[in-house]
This record gives sequence, C-alpha cells and structure tokens, in this order.
Amino acid sequence: MTTPLLARLGNRRAVPLEALPLVPIEHLGDALSAGMAGGGRLLTLFGLPEMDDTLRLIGIIADDSRGRLGAVSSLVGQRYPSITPHCPSAALFEREIAEQCGACPEGHPSLKPLRRHAPDHAPSSWNLSERTGAAPPFTRITGDEVHEVAVGPVHAGIIEPGHFRFQAHGEEVLALDILLGYQHRGVERLLERESAHDAMQVAESIAGDSVIAHASAHCGALEALARSRKSPRAQSIRGIALELERLANHLGDLGAMAGDVAYAPAAAFFGRTRGECLNLLMTISGNRYGRGLVRPGGVSFDITPAMAAEIAGRVERLEQEVPPAARMLFGESSVQSRFEGVGPVTRASVLAQGFVGVVARSAEVARDVRHDHPYGIFRFAQIPVATAWAGDVSARAMVRWLEIQRSMAFVIEQARSLPNGAPRASHGVLRPNEIAVALEEGWRGEVVHVVVSDANGGVRRHKVQDPSFRLWPALSLAMAGGQISDFPLCNKSFNLSYAGHDL
Amino acid sequence: MPVFFAPLVFLLLVLGTAPLMPGIASRTKSLLTGRRGAPVWQLYADLWRLAQRGAVYSTTTTWVFRAAPVALLTAVLAAAALVPFDGHRSLVSFSGDAVAFAYVLGFGRFALVLGALDTGSSFEGMGASREVTFATAVEFGLLLSFAALVIATGEMSLTGMLGEPLAMRWPAATTSLILVAIGLFALLLAECARVPVDDPSTHLELTMVHEVMVLDHSGPDLALIAYAGAVKFALFGAVAAAVALPRATWSPMASALGLLGGMFLCSMAVGIVESSMARLRMVKVPLYIAGSVALGGFGLILLLR
Repeated sequence: MTTPLLARLGNRRAVPLEALPLVPIEHLGDALSAGMAGGGRLLTLFGLPEMDDTLRLIGIIADDSRGRLGAVSSLVGQRYPSITPHCPSAALFEREIAEQCGACPEGHPSLKPLRRHAPDHAPSSWNLSERTGAAPPFTRITGDEVHEVAVGPVHAGIIEPGHFRFQAHGEEVLALDILLGYQHRGVERLLERESAHDAMQVAESIAGDSVIAHASAHCGALEALARSRKSPRAQSIRGIALELERLANHLGDLGAMAGDVAYAPAAAFFGRTRGECLNLLMTISGNRYGRGLVRPGGVSFDITPAMAAEIAGRVERLEQEVPPAARMLFGESSVQSRFEGVGPVTRASVLAQGFVGVVARSAEVARDVRHDHPYGIFRFAQIPVATAWAGDVSARAMVRWLEIQRSMAFVIEQARSLPNGAPRASHGVLRPNEIAVALEEGWRGEVVHVVVSDANGGVRRHKVQDPSFRLWPALSLAMAGGQISDFPLCNKSFNLSYAGHDL
Repeated sequence: MPVFFAPLVFLLLVLGTAPLMPGIASRTKSLLTGRRGAPVWQLYADLWRLAQRGAVYSTTTTWVFRAAPVALLTAVLAAAALVPFDGHRSLVSFSGDAVAFAYVLGFGRFALVLGALDTGSSFEGMGASREVTFATAVEFGLLLSFAALVIATGEMSLTGMLGEPLAMRWPAATTSLILVAIGLFALLLAECARVPVDDPSTHLELTMVHEVMVLDHSGPDLALIAYAGAVKFALFGAVAAAVALPRATWSPMASALGLLGGMFLCSMAVGIVESSMARLRMVKVPLYIAGSVALGGFGLILLLR
C-alpha cells in the first residue's frame, strides 16, 4: 500500500502481529478510507480480544490492481464510535463484531442482528448482558395494498434454512429482508479450540459445496504461519480440485437456473454433467465433494498417471458435450427473455458495497483472487478473468459459462502435465504471534481465512469469511423493484450458502 | 339401445383415462430430455395413495376449505356431462349449454380460489390472485372459440357445435376450425397450468400459479383436486380434438379410438411444448393468453366472410 499507515501483507504471507499499526479508534475509519482511496477495498474487519477489557479491531484492505494487502488495527472498549460513517463498507462487519465480540459501535446506522447468537469472542471481563442498539429486524412498508410474504426458514425442497420477508405490492417487490443464522455452529470457535486434525474437518464443513476452497484457504493461512512449502505437484492437484469444484457447481447452477424457468432439456443435461465433475473429484479423493484431500503441506492423495489420463479424457469429452447444451440454453429466446433484466446488480453498488465473485464479475468488476492475488498453481497457469456487464441473471449465467470453459481448459492442461514432487511435505509448527491472510477464489467468490497465532504456536484467532457473507445483501438489493415470481430464479443465480454465512 | 347409452360409455371412458393425460405429458417430457421418467399411470398410483391417507386441516380454515375440492370436482364432472365425446351427443344438452360449460368450470375455479383464500396464507392468496387474473382472459378466449363454432354450425349447444353439424361444415371451414382448435390447445396450456403459463413440476411457491393454491390440501382432498385437474385436461383435449377432426360420421369403435388418439396426441403435444421452451415471465402471461384468444378470433372472422 502507498499509505504508511498500513502494514503490508500479501495473500498467504505472514507478518508479526506487532507489525500491524495501532491507530486510535477515531482514526481507524479514516485510515481504512485512505487505504481504499488508492483503489483498495475493505477485505475484512474483525475483532481480536486483546486483554481482559480490550478488543483489537483489525481491518484488512485489498489492493487488487497491485496484488497487495494492507492491515491496520485499533484498540477499543465495549463502546466505541462506529467507523461506518467514515467507511460505509464496514457496516456489515461492525454488525458482525457487535454480535460476535459484544462491542457496541455507537452511531452505526442499522445495527441489526446478523446471526443471532451469544458473543463468543468477547474480552473476558465485559458485561455481555447489556446489548443495545438492536433495531427491529424487519423493514415494514405500510399502505392499503402492500402485503407481506414470509418464506421459510423451512423451504420446499432440500435446501438450507433461511427466512425471507417480502414487502410486496401485487407482484412487485418493494423490499426484501433476509434473516439468517439458523445454521450457526460456532465455526470460528471450533477452528480455534479443536486439534489441528479436527479443525481441518471443521474447515471442510464450513460450506458443503465449497470444501476445496475453504480447506485450501485454511491450509494456506496455516502454511504461511509455518513457512512450509508445498511441492509443485501438490499445488497443481489443489488447482485441479478447486477447478473441478467450480465446474461441478457452475454446471449445476446453470442446470438449476434452467430448471427454475422450466426449461427441461438444459436442466437435465447440466444436472448430469455436474454429477460427472463430482465423480472426478471422487476419483481423486474417494468422495464426491473432495473431503480429506487438501491438508496442510499439500494434498493427502496423489494423482497417478492413469487417474490423470482419465481426468483429462473425461474433461475433454465434457469440452465436446457441454457447448451444444450451452448454445441450447443461451440460444433459446424464451430462456433469455426470463434471464435478461432480472435481478440487476450495478457496477456502482459492487464497488460501494464490496461484492465479490461471480456477482462482481457479472457487473464488469474484474475481481478474481486467482488473477489479482495469485497463489499456488495460479502463479504459473493463469486463468483469464471472465466478466459480463449487465449485472443481471443473464450476466451471472454468462460469467459461469465462460468460467466453465476456462476451468475445463485448465484442468485438461494440468492433468496432462502434472509436475513432479511429493504430494505432501511436512508442515511444521506455526510461528508465534503472527498474522496471515489466505484468499482463495472459490466458485462463488473469494474465501478469506485470517489466522493469528498465539505465543505458543497455537491458533489464537481464526477469522473465516465466505463470499456468501458479502453477497446476501446483494440479493436484497437485486430484488427491490423486481417481480416476486422472479425471486427463485434470481436467488438461484446467486446461489449463496446459508451455512457459509452463518458459520 | 337407450339413447344415453353411448354418451355414458364415452363419458366413462374419458373419466377413466383422464389420469393418463398428465402421465403421458410428463413421460414425453422425460424421454425428450434424456431421462426415463415416471410411468404413464403414475397419477393413478398417486390418487390411490392420497385416497388412503387422512387429511390435515389448519385451524384457521372453515368449511369453505373442505368444500372446495368437492365443489371443484363436481363442477368439472358437470362440465364433462355437456361434452359429446362420441361425436354425436352428450349426456346432457340444452340450447346455450356452451356458456354453461364455461361458467360451470368457472364455478369450480371460484370454489378452489375461495378454499385458497380461506387458509389465510400469503402464498395461497398470491396464487389465487394470479389464477383469477389469468382465468378472466382464458374465459374470454373460450367463449370466443365457442362463438366461432356457433357461427360455423348455427347450433347453440355443444352437442350441435361438436356433433353432426360441425362434421357437415368442416370441409368448408377447415381453416377456421383448425385455428380454433389450436387456440383451444393454447388455452388448455393456461387452463391446466402447464408450461409456458405455469410449471407443474416446480417446488418454488413464489413462482407457482395453480399449485400454490392447493398447498394446504392433503390426502383425499388433494386427490380430488388432482383428479379434477386431469379431467379438465382431458375435457380440453377432447374438445380441441373434436374441433380439429369431427368424428360424427365414424363408427362407434373408430370414434372411440379417435377420441383416445386425440387425447393421446394432445398430451404428447403438451409434453413437447414443455421440453422445448421455458416458462414465460409472469407479467407476460396475459400476452400469451391474448395470443390464444386472437387465434379463436381469427377463426371467427374467417367464418364471417
């Protein structure tokens, strides 16, 4: 970063915790804003209990164009002046901090509960019974013909729980409130308390459809703290697994979107190809979601030459089969008339609110960790960033289709030329009192894991951020002014994780 | 042979085979999209299963909710009695029974809508509002198609409009009648909650039209509604087939085969439509219905030359 106020970090590069500048809380918002003025964005902001009565807020800025991260921190008491008025993209994070750490940001514009759980990262001497500032959770629009439609938390179909409340005028949605937290399991606490072995399993369960992404980010942060090195082969296998996960989910999403508009042929075809990609993950790891594959120091299963040939061959066949189905989906006018113009997210709101992943890229914001903060295999084998401009359902479908093509090419290339090396190297112990940030471009968007080690080389704080956390507000935004009957389609085009948000 | 014998046999034939129609449509869709699909008699099994179960009633509902399925099925059966399935005569017929046909079906829908509103659920209210909005347009299309048949045949009852007088006029008015038949088929898709108006296989409440109105019905009540839906499907299919190809001059056996063949082709056509296009956006459905109304209107105009 150009401003001297921020400590320089990188993706998967650890620095001592003392290197983080401490600024007075009154200046934290301005420091973050200054960091963002040069093209950066607020990556994450979280609380770290420092002493019995003090909380340390750590803000991390990502400068995507330079591939750098910057960090700044501040010590606060149980009540502190909110930084959201100085730095609007901190709003969501301050809500999280208020709930997780029990600190009250005074002057926060809308301090609603986020997941509704008791604080589990609060400094020990704080009196947590006094929680103030909780605004009523639902928007209410009154009027003769305005009605309220409540959906969930139990839904038709096998999906996760979440409550949606629409304020509707006839078929038009005036406002959508999304209430989550039903899946809260205390993931961060578990990651901090459990043994390294068990924590790995927890990391793989953060979001069941992003096993590789979360496991890789988790390992990335730990490896940075331990200065352990992976072999090129391990990096390549992680890359293949990550892109297979992306392929399976993107193909499944295109099928599900076709299914939502009742376009049966594409729904059936993409549903089948999703299964084929999951089966390839099973070839590598023994299960369809890639659990148990990514481990600190590398991967626990090697890809034999026969397996590599099979993977390349099967993805090559997909490369032949998928384009006709995609042409069918994107060429069918009745499908495009459903996709176009539905659920728009503008470039301005992506930039203002820090949306990530497919949603950002479909609104012409080329934000992709694999490109901006390259790591592992992606330093050597670049995947072009896929973008679209309309920001609607059709753009999100198009970005998925472009990424499918590029991921297929990547997997074939990697499987045909796997580098040498041991799949797994020894991991070693964590350096004490350091902080490491690991970013991973999961199929939804960037997965962020921040690990702070304690004096004994254990894990003191493990911050997890799934892209869903940043993106649920985007769904509310996209639905306002839309048709209530288009909500399921719009929701599917985001396909956000409930568990990933709720942690 | 008593005069009502043949109409009765044909009516029972239609009532007995009606549950095959959604089955054939969904099987066609499965085969066209590369899946195996459920057997064509799936609905019989579903009806049997539902009939054996108990029904659950919400405490907010009243007798209106319980009466709705019975009223719906009664209305559909009454409408069926007005249609000359054998190509000659119907079980019941009187001058102007075509209007009765449209409004008896309308009464069935009214009962179902009341039942939906009786639950007090926001979903069911939303579905009811959609169903009624679309139904007003469908009703107009149906009456316009019947008006074309009245002009073509000079008859005021369905027995005449779909019986011998139609067969006589058919060679001279083929174009109009084919247009009317296609218009009726397009209305069938709207009336029977099929793609592109509704999606019978979706589980997403917010996008449903017909299905969301029956979410709270269970057991035998749901079986009655499902069966009534199948009979309505068969009614529209049989009427469209009769307009496209009148069978008044055929032998009873040939006429029976023609009826079943027409219903079979109609179900297949629904399956083909469902596997070749997406559903319309809800706000565009009225445009689609206007298009099918226009087909009946063109048929009518051609007859007025």
